Amino acid sequence: MNKNPAWKYLAVVLIVAFGLIYASPNLYQAEPGVQIIGARNAVVDTTILERAKSVLSSADVPIKDIRLNGEKIQVRLASEDDQILAQNVLKADLKDLYPVALADMPTTPGWMQSLGGAPMYLGLDLRGGVHFLMQVDMDAAERKANADYYEDLRKKLREEGVRLSGITQRDNGAIVVRFKTEELREQARGLFARDYPELVATTSENNNSFVLSMQLSEAGVSETRKAALKKNMLAIRNRIDQLGVSEPVIQQQGTDRIVVQLPGVKDPSLAKDILGKTATLQVHLVDEDNQASAARGRVPTGSKRFFFRDSRPIILKSRVLYSGDNIVDASAGFDSQNGGPVVNITLDAKGSAVNSDVTGENINKRMAVVYVETVADTRFDENGDPIIKTREIKEVITAPVIRQQLGKRFQISGLDSSKEANDIALLLRAGSLAAPVYIIEERTVGPSLGAENISKGFKSVLYGFLAVLVFMIVYYRVFGAVASFALMLNLVLIVGVLSLLQATLTLPGVAGLVLTVGMAVDANVLIFERVREEVKNGAPPQSAIHQGYGNAFSTIFDANLTTLIAAFVLFNFGTGPIQGFAITLCIGILTSMLTAIFVSRILVNLFYGNRRLEKLAI
Amino acid sequence: MELLAKTTQIDFIGKRKIALVFSIILLIASIYSLTTNSLNFGIDFSGGTKVELFYPEEVSVIGIREVMASGGVSDAVVQHFGTKQDVLIRVPLTEQTSDDKVSTRIVDLLAASEIGSGEVRSVEFVGPTFGRELFEKGILALIYALIGVMIYVAFRFEWKFSLGSVAALIHDVLITVGVFSILQFEFTLPVLAALLAVIGYSLNDTIVVFDRIRENFRKVRDTATDDVMNISINQTLPRTILTSLTTLLVLIALYFFGGEALGGFALTLIIGVLIGTYSSIFVASPTVLALGAKAEDLIVEVVDKEGADLPDIP
Repeated sequence: MNKNPAWKYLAVVLIVAFGLIYASPNLYQAEPGVQIIGARNAVVDTTILERAKSVLSSADVPIKDIRLNGEKIQVRLASEDDQILAQNVLKADLKDLYPVALADMPTTPGWMQSLGGAPMYLGLDLRGGVHFLMQVDMDAAERKANADYYEDLRKKLREEGVRLSGITQRDNGAIVVRFKTEELREQARGLFARDYPELVATTSENNNSFVLSMQLSEAGVSETRKAALKKNMLAIRNRIDQLGVSEPVIQQQGTDRIVVQLPGVKDPSLAKDILGKTATLQVHLVDEDNQASAARGRVPTGSKRFFFRDSRPIILKSRVLYSGDNIVDASAGFDSQNGGPVVNITLDAKGSAVNSDVTGENINKRMAVVYVETVADTRFDENGDPIIKTREIKEVITAPVIRQQLGKRFQISGLDSSKEANDIALLLRAGSLAAPVYIIEERTVGPSLGAENISKGFKSVLYGFLAVLVFMIVYYRVFGAVASFALMLNLVLIVGVLSLLQATLTLPGVAGLVLTVGMAVDANVLIFERVREEVKNGAPPQSAIHQGYGNAFSTIFDANLTTLIAAFVLFNFGTGPIQGFAITLCIGILTSMLTAIFVSRILVNLFYGNRRLEKLAI
Repeated sequence: MELLAKTTQIDFIGKRKIALVFSIILLIASIYSLTTNSLNFGIDFSGGTKVELFYPEEVSVIGIREVMASGGVSDAVVQHFGTKQDVLIRVPLTEQTSDDKVSTRIVDLLAASEIGSGEVRSVEFVGPTFGRELFEKGILALIYALIGVMIYVAFRFEWKFSLGSVAALIHDVLITVGVFSILQFEFTLPVLAALLAVIGYSLNDTIVVFDRIRENFRKVRDTATDDVMNISINQTLPRTILTSLTTLLVLIALYFFGGEALGGFALTLIIGVLIGTYSSIFVASPTVLALGAKAEDLIVEVVDKEGADLPDIP
């Protein structure tokens, strides 16, 4: 009785081998390195590889390994000092073209990698880094789209020579156009229907004029929102590329949120400055005729009052000539004459055409560069409920006199510092956000705290495990030793599965691991208590073992499945770290059923099976 | 080694009235404290900013408070935690401190002062609406977990057992949260996660007893339900105690070695395991009994071997 067929031994060997192979990459510590990442219009290739090699060797930085790996050049270095040094010299040489990021390089041996083995993917609370959850202001995206449609429709009618008697925009975004005759209205309606199918047209007549009202359809609204989110994610990705972060995570969450995780970033304020900024530039003409009346607070229609940074007012024409969207490249530099910080701008075709027309016609007049930034304000209503609103801050950076006709390139001066020049250049390069974003959650963990969390987590698992191990062996002797082995195998399997799935291990995940150690022996406790009961009821040892395992199975199954339900709910509700807990708990429950029932039975059979027994050491 | 040399014959069910009074006292205390003291919400739920700093030498919180006050962050709560080198600064949400820039301001203020900013160990910011959203989602998760469990137990056992197990779970969650309210322990996201784990654990315990009740209903016909329950609880008692012990062992390890971040998590589970163990004996089965469960409820068909309706076991 209680014999093991050969396939069961084979199965155990396979399970153990699986666990060991996939858990062992975690024994290899990552080594310091840097990565050179290709950017939007700069692909890394062998020329860059050669350049990086020569830069590093001329700076006397010893390289352990350097290679082109897909779209990245990866450099492995001997120490963290070399890592910083390498990053600095490479940055100095490659400038803004190729971001250079610090990275931890895995040292997993090749044969393990070829089997898909890799160390566990650590969450930010263990490796250190910054986590942001950003809310995209979708109402603002919609308002912006409506404002764009207003300009587009007006331009369309002008281009096609359709005379209108008035055009206005309602608060709900509807664009209302009035015509003298029905024919004109129908002509306009035909044009719009062809070019703007996403707008819904309604007509009416009043005061002898024929009114056409155009509004974005519901599908159009949802399309606008989706597009805004997509564009924002792209812009944020570009900005992160500019920052030079290895393995950034940028994910959509729900319909209007973006999660950004930057492992290894030590200074969240820098990342925050860059990521969340909706900053862009707008160029207006200065309304030279009305500056005097501005002082008295009267602003003519078609113009608007703006302020310089030192609060001096200036009246600008309302029309935006071109904006950040028309900028294809921007770099920070210094003015050749006075040495002040400047941003060099390159415009796209549309922008340069406007720029050349406008500057040609307005020589000796002034043109103003306006810096536009969106900030989120919170107010609390009488119930204490927060209300968040975004608002634009517009500041005139500079309003130089146009000396000559400009074209594709120009320079913005009048900036406060070279840091500001750098930031503006970066933001313009990376592309602007389609809708304002603001941070609703930030979690930053410094590298030393991350390392401390790992060591504390490891200690908790180790001491928890040792305590249970001693307890089980003292209490159940041979059977306890079997359970301890099963528990150890269970730990190895959990680590192996986590590594294989590359599921994120977080600090609560480690807590889940500890909890699993305590709860996983439950299956064995259930079985062993059953065996004892059978012995007490006078069953011979072999059948006690058999009955014990048999009777306990359905209980273990039910008990574990219900815990699995709780873990599953937890996974679906949770945010990052909590999901990590749910994952280890789920995996732990499943692997523990395998080890505590299947593997432990085979071991017990190995010790006791197929022989006459007087007594069980239980 | 054995804790209980013989199978015990304690009349647990007979003591259900005493247990009922005990549970009701605990529940009333919990609910009273929750309605009057509420919970000491961490910034996960209340929103706000939390900055953890580490200084190479001991540092005075009074000095830091002065820097905060003179820098316009007057609501800041500054305290040591762990050692005199570790400083925790907490700023609640107000209209002036509602954005993610508060942490930067704190660090900049300190860096500009004589004290310096030390090493920034961690920064947490939770915005105004988001904290509330997390809390609501958490409560929903608890409810979903309870519903999920109820369905499963109703399907595998019977609705009276389903209600019994859910009654025990609500009992456990309420009292655990009540303890947090009475002692004003900080209620954070990991604590909420631990509550869900408490549900898992306590249910585990309850199911083991229920399973034995079902088995005994089949084995010993013509025995009163309360006797069958008593026999079952006594038979599973060694296991109940042992598993609680091993789980408590690891939780104590977690509490002492896991650091501040996991302290609340471990504490929740320690309280939850203790109450969950109690409730699986004194709440779940008595509730099922009060609902009038009988042997016939569980014996639909005659299965001669336990587990015959499950896949074959190794």
